[in-house]
Amino acid sequence: MFYRENGQFKTSYRADQQIFAITQDRVGILLLIAFAFLGVPLLADEYMFRAILVPFLILSLAALGVNILVGYCGQISLGSGAFMAVGAYAAYNFFVRVDGMPVIAALLLGGVFSTLVGMFFGIPSLRVKGLYLAVATLAAQFFCDWAFLRVKWFTNDSASGTASVSDLQVFGFGVSTPLSKYLFCLSFLVVFGLLAKNLVRGAIGREWMAIRDMDVAAAVIGIRPMYAKLSAFAVSSFIVGVAGGLWAFVYLGSWEPAAFSVDRSFQLLFMVILGGMGSVMGSFFGAAFIVVLPIAINQCLPVLGHLFGFTVDTAALTHAEFIIFGALIVWFLIVEPHGLARLWSVGKQKMRIWPFPH
Amino acid sequence: MGFFLETLLGGLMAGMLYSLVALGFVLIYKASGVFNFAQGAMVLFAALAMARFAEWVPLWTGMVDNRLVTTSMAFVLAGGVMFVVAWTVERLVLRHLVNQEGTTLLMATLGIAYLLDGLGQSIFGSDIYKIDIGMPKEPIMAFESTFPGGIMINKEDLIAAAIAAALVIFLTLFFQKTSTGRALRAVADDHQAAQSIGIPLDRIWVVVWCVAGVVALVAGMIWGSKLGVQFTLSTVAMRALPVVILGGLTSVPGAILGGLIIGVGEKLSEVFLGPYVGGGIEIWFAYVLALIVLLFRPQGLFGEKIIDRV
Amino acid sequence: MSKKIGDVILDVQNISLAFGGVKALTDISFNVREHEIRAIIGPNGAGKSSMLNCINGVYTPQHGSITFRGQTFDHMDSHDVATMGIARTFQNLALFKGMSVLDNIMSGRNLKIKSNIFLQALRIGPAEREEIMHREAVERIIDFLEIQAYRKTPVGQLPYGLQKRVDLGRALAMEPQVLLLDEPMAGMNVEEKQDMCRFVLDVNDEFGTTVVLIEHDMGVVMDISDRVVVLDYGKKIGDGTPDEVRNNPDVISAYLGTSH
Repeated sequence: MFYRENGQFKTSYRADQQIFAITQDRVGILLLIAFAFLGVPLLADEYMFRAILVPFLILSLAALGVNILVGYCGQISLGSGAFMAVGAYAAYNFFVRVDGMPVIAALLLGGVFSTLVGMFFGIPSLRVKGLYLAVATLAAQFFCDWAFLRVKWFTNDSASGTASVSDLQVFGFGVSTPLSKYLFCLSFLVVFGLLAKNLVRGAIGREWMAIRDMDVAAAVIGIRPMYAKLSAFAVSSFIVGVAGGLWAFVYLGSWEPAAFSVDRSFQLLFMVILGGMGSVMGSFFGAAFIVVLPIAINQCLPVLGHLFGFTVDTAALTHAEFIIFGALIVWFLIVEPHGLARLWSVGKQKMRIWPFPH
Repeated sequence: MGFFLETLLGGLMAGMLYSLVALGFVLIYKASGVFNFAQGAMVLFAALAMARFAEWVPLWTGMVDNRLVTTSMAFVLAGGVMFVVAWTVERLVLRHLVNQEGTTLLMATLGIAYLLDGLGQSIFGSDIYKIDIGMPKEPIMAFESTFPGGIMINKEDLIAAAIAAALVIFLTLFFQKTSTGRALRAVADDHQAAQSIGIPLDRIWVVVWCVAGVVALVAGMIWGSKLGVQFTLSTVAMRALPVVILGGLTSVPGAILGGLIIGVGEKLSEVFLGPYVGGGIEIWFAYVLALIVLLFRPQGLFGEKIIDRV
Repeated sequence: MSKKIGDVILDVQNISLAFGGVKALTDISFNVREHEIRAIIGPNGAGKSSMLNCINGVYTPQHGSITFRGQTFDHMDSHDVATMGIARTFQNLALFKGMSVLDNIMSGRNLKIKSNIFLQALRIGPAEREEIMHREAVERIIDFLEIQAYRKTPVGQLPYGLQKRVDLGRALAMEPQVLLLDEPMAGMNVEEKQDMCRFVLDVNDEFGTTVVLIEHDMGVVMDISDRVVVLDYGKKIGDGTPDEVRNNPDVISAYLGTSH
């Protein structure tokens, strides 16, 4: 009743092709963004910022990057952790070694380096696909793990092997309080989200999806598989690299290569699967789910345990996390392989015809 | 020269163990077209089961002295556990994902891996456990006449290699010569077609995962005997992945050869190349090697060529 | 108004293709004249689709060459073939199942899209204008094929006959000079076939597109094609006008069998 497009006629192709063509959607998203910038700072406390919102924003960005590669272009990648690492360490080196390098520039340069590395390790995608490609991307992951651990130059020859930044300033404003970190990351996410959405609904997005769905046919209609695949790796790695820089600079402050291990790669992949492959919204849903899940388990399980009369220790919590995680992945793949985004759009469909059942 | 041979032999032995894990991958893939990311978790799960059962069986039965009997019972019990795992996986997961695309199935096995990891440690505990299957620990010195001091060969590794070889021969024969083996290969080719000619998909899958589970158990037993059974054992699967890719996903001899090549390559590169680049290169050597091979032979050394039909 | 059939535009010379021991094509030669409708017929397994796949660069023949507009190639690169102006449809529909009808046909325009990735990300100015221009072209094709109601539907949800139209639409979006159609009427009922015939004839008539058509329905072939090539077991057994081919004894025995 409320969510209908009745009366909304598009009289130009430009109007029909907008990102949010339905007025309710447009209003909704503007309200959401306004709330995110203005409302949340008033409502959230420091814990919410530090533990939930900032990691959610940065991992959403990373998941968006991974979704472009895996969800839109169909190239399985298990090396996203490595690309985050490249972005982080490259940004670090620019920031630390070049005097007066602004933070945003360092992060973007980190993304550029991540793009180069991503395209390099994307070359195997021209020869292999599916599982073989996944293993090839793992080569990237483990090689970078080793490189950032052993090659002292990357960490500015620090004795401990950790890299750290502090006292970040953006256009004169400090980025050190939880609130300022939140707003900084939110801005990045909104900008990148818009750019990514434009890409996936444009010509290059169609190329990626064509390669994903049937690459032989794509070649026949004049799409160059090489260009499409490498561009997917490039764009994806750029976004993931910037996210890596944000993760290191803003969230962690001081980090080791282990922050970008293969577990991170799996985590990002799960976000994309659970959230919905080939969907920008899905990346956000997936990230939210996976950021909130361990916290939810940590809070709820001991309570449940109490109800049934047994104590739950930290080791058991970790195991429970693994079990619930694994079970959820399997359950989602059986029930809704297209993830939360599909549930969302099904929900919207039902809203369109509410209060009628069909 | 003696040192080189020692390293080589050490590499071959390590490679044999990789081959064992890789074998589990290849089996499941050959028979169901599913790449089982959970193989490593299965190795850990099986090893944990074996280790704890070996502890508990003497307590349950009171046979504290007869180690051979209790260990064998533990093995059988662990095998039974793997059968239950296989049956559950087929019932709850595979049955519902028949004919989904490969990516979906792969992700599902990832989920199963996490599940088994958590479950195994919840049920069996998360300390480091010992598996003592009576394998001799002392090394033997061979070829003492040719090389001064002889070449050190680990008896344990030798026996492990023998077990692995026996398992491989048995499995190859199984696949090629029996009707069940033929049915397994049919299922790997096309689930629906196999179903339509009356092959019982669900039973086949239980069989396959069971066999893979037993292979995982044997691998876990041997690895666990060497390294102790602990959480990191599941990362062994990650080391076996490049072996599978190198050898080709559908080839049992490929898994063996791939394992040997990678085992030897890792050891040799670590010892002779490592010092120049800061050491620790075995975490990526296998992968980069597999990657390079993939660029020239996308199907691995022995895999089947993939032809796309339009 | 009779059609003006031009010179030879596509010339296939001595093509042989084998997969391991299986000989798909043996020494096939024929030509296609501009603006004509050329049918390729033959029993199942005769190698018709393989022939189109060779022209498109999906398969590489072991022997022989293909000449298009005076340029000779011994193997074709799929992308170059598309840029040269040869488009095709597929026997088993090779549609992009994850995309809508509109997006599928738009993907056929990708060849002509010039704006680079950065402009597309910003979606302003030239990138936006280009999208709209191509959208207009695609909408004309959608009107032509009468599938307006389905433009936002994911193709996987459409019935087979409509999917075949989308396949055709995608090929037409490339504005090809030569259109290779691989059994465009397979699995259709009489009405759908008539519609499809109408589309093929209109395309040939209005745009002058040369059509190479694989088809099993003899009625269709005899009705709309100008010349016919007959293949059997990878060899050419007939080549000429529909009437000539219809009376060719080799063709008759291949299709109907001879009594011994």
